[in-house]
Amino acid sequence: MSADALRIALVGNPNCGKTALFNLLTGGRQKVANYAGVTVERKEGRFVAPSGRVLQILDLPGAYSFDAVSPDEQITRDVLEGNYPGEAPPDLIVCVADATNLRLHLRFLLEVRRLGRPVVLALNMMDAARRRDIAIDVPELSRRLGLPVVETVAVRRGGAKALVARVDGELPLPAPVQADDPASRVDLHAEVRELLAATVSMPRQTAAVDDALDRWALHPVFGLAILAVVMFLVFQAVYSLGKPMTDLIGDGFGQLGEYLAASLPAGPLRGLVTDGIFTGLGTVLGFLPQILVLFFFILTLEESGYLPRAAFLLDRLMVSVGLTGRSFIPLLSSFACAIPGIMGTRSITDPRDRLATILVAPLMTCSARLPVYALLIGAFIPAHAVLGVFNLQGLVLFALYVAGILGAMLVGWVMKRIRRDRSEHALLMELPSYRLPKVRDVAIGLYERGMIFLKRLTGVILALTVLMWALSSFPAPPAGATEPAIDYSFAGQLGRGLAHLFGPIGFNWQMSLALIPAFAARETAVAALATVYAVGGDAGALAPALASQVSLASALSLLVWFAYAPQCMSTLAVIKRETGAWRVVALSFGYQFVMAYAASFLVYQIASALT
Amino acid sequence: MWLQCEPFLFVAGSVVRLSDLSKGTAAVVDRVDDAHANDAIAQRLRDLGFVDGEAVRVVACAPLGADPLLVQIGFTRFALRRAEAARVSVRAEVAA
Repeated sequence: MSADALRIALVGNPNCGKTALFNLLTGGRQKVANYAGVTVERKEGRFVAPSGRVLQILDLPGAYSFDAVSPDEQITRDVLEGNYPGEAPPDLIVCVADATNLRLHLRFLLEVRRLGRPVVLALNMMDAARRRDIAIDVPELSRRLGLPVVETVAVRRGGAKALVARVDGELPLPAPVQADDPASRVDLHAEVRELLAATVSMPRQTAAVDDALDRWALHPVFGLAILAVVMFLVFQAVYSLGKPMTDLIGDGFGQLGEYLAASLPAGPLRGLVTDGIFTGLGTVLGFLPQILVLFFFILTLEESGYLPRAAFLLDRLMVSVGLTGRSFIPLLSSFACAIPGIMGTRSITDPRDRLATILVAPLMTCSARLPVYALLIGAFIPAHAVLGVFNLQGLVLFALYVAGILGAMLVGWVMKRIRRDRSEHALLMELPSYRLPKVRDVAIGLYERGMIFLKRLTGVILALTVLMWALSSFPAPPAGATEPAIDYSFAGQLGRGLAHLFGPIGFNWQMSLALIPAFAARETAVAALATVYAVGGDAGALAPALASQVSLASALSLLVWFAYAPQCMSTLAVIKRETGAWRVVALSFGYQFVMAYAASFLVYQIASALT
Repeated sequence: MWLQCEPFLFVAGSVVRLSDLSKGTAAVVDRVDDAHANDAIAQRLRDLGFVDGEAVRVVACAPLGADPLLVQIGFTRFALRRAEAARVSVRAEVAA
């Protein structure tokens, strides 16, 4: 069946609405965005044309030219030229152009035409063009280009009818192959100018609504204020919508596990079901609501065209610490959880900038650290009033957040100094027109993100969670044991071993032991401490128990440790998935370990000397 | 560094760098210079339409250090860092 399917490649500039068109044609599962160059994966879909012919559509990454600055453009060029390994050259190229931005987009079409393959031009966003009174003489444009031109509206049902009818018909004749050389590039611009002069009339260069919105959104004062409000809302939503759902899922799976376990005989199997599999599932799936809420906002902001504006406002600040304006949203997301944050770095087109962002993202204080902070601050920091209005406990919490941000800035700055590739990496970012996000495109994007997380990560994280359970459950305590069961387990032995390592930063063996489950999920450090201090599930009893047995210097050291500590294994799994390199995972884990150890050592030694 | 974002008088026809052009001043591109051999950024600028005779205008400047700049070229707006915009020489058309 695929042998006689017509292979169609969709190409076009970033922001031409190509992906929305792909969604419309295939009803497919493909993320669509307003943020330049977000399509980095190979996306394919197929549909049956009215004639009964199967059309196989490949959605190629957006490209400005065949100069191939980015890996995306390299792929697009290679596929179109038939040079991409394992990818058959397309039978037909559909070049998508934004009808409101033809000067830029037609130039790329001319580059595509030189390849000497059959090409159809789809003039997309014709609805927006009409609203702006842009008149395009389509028959004349088609005649001058020597290829078929159809109008499309990717965001409207039935908006691709003309395109489907055209590609379902006879293949157009290819243009003659032309060599690519620098001199002819300038000719392309001249040719575009001629084409525009002859076929397009445009009352004004930009959309009035864009100018009006940008006057506010990019204003030096109001722009930053608007950005602050948007950030605040996103952060609040993740926290107040996502977190309760996360807790609900965690508790739900815990109870489901206990319910199932009731029908099992007591013993290792029951432990595996309740403490291993179901607690693990609850933890893993618990990330899902936060990921979905966050990506709902990211996708909506991307689709609307606001995201590049935010990157524009903050680029200078981010560059000063070795990042890019585009790093901002992923880093903001990481305050909720580093996992969606790291997944969100896909919108950073430059590989070096993306890697730098992935490496610092876990330093943002994620919500899983809060229970640990809350426990230790509640136990050790008095609720003094400071300067009459501030609460000392709140100030300490704030300081921990700031410590994370300063740490990230420091790491970014150091990376900028020591990395081998110190060449200039351009921003050169298009600020697309504002658009109303389409429900279908946001929904498809959300579905994709959710599935990536569930399919690719659940297995790994679940396996690690079960391993963690086994370590803390075996061997079982001897008969008549007086200490908590975890004390006798491998994890207990490991904790005592680790205490030698962590002694210099003030951790006793109980605290060292709690770091092991914290590696599965940070907040479990609280439960682990409760277990080893044998206060059971009574969280209220834990704080006094800690306060009586742990010094203030040790507690401060543990707080600082959690601010910088190596991330949880779910984060490491997502870093592996997003970068494909264990080297990056090792680097990420390693530098944070060193950083956390050094910071805790300083805090412990100074605090010990003072108290 | 001299950060130019406020209205400033240019002699019509004088060639300045895009990074020195004040906000709102109408200008046309003169050329793009390579900052070094095989300057991919300069080539990209040319591909994006920064070619001789194209109308260009600085629309906005970012709040911190007036960097990056928002530049309108043709029907498209690009955010360019100052180092990128400095590669583009423009002829100021009208005094602001």
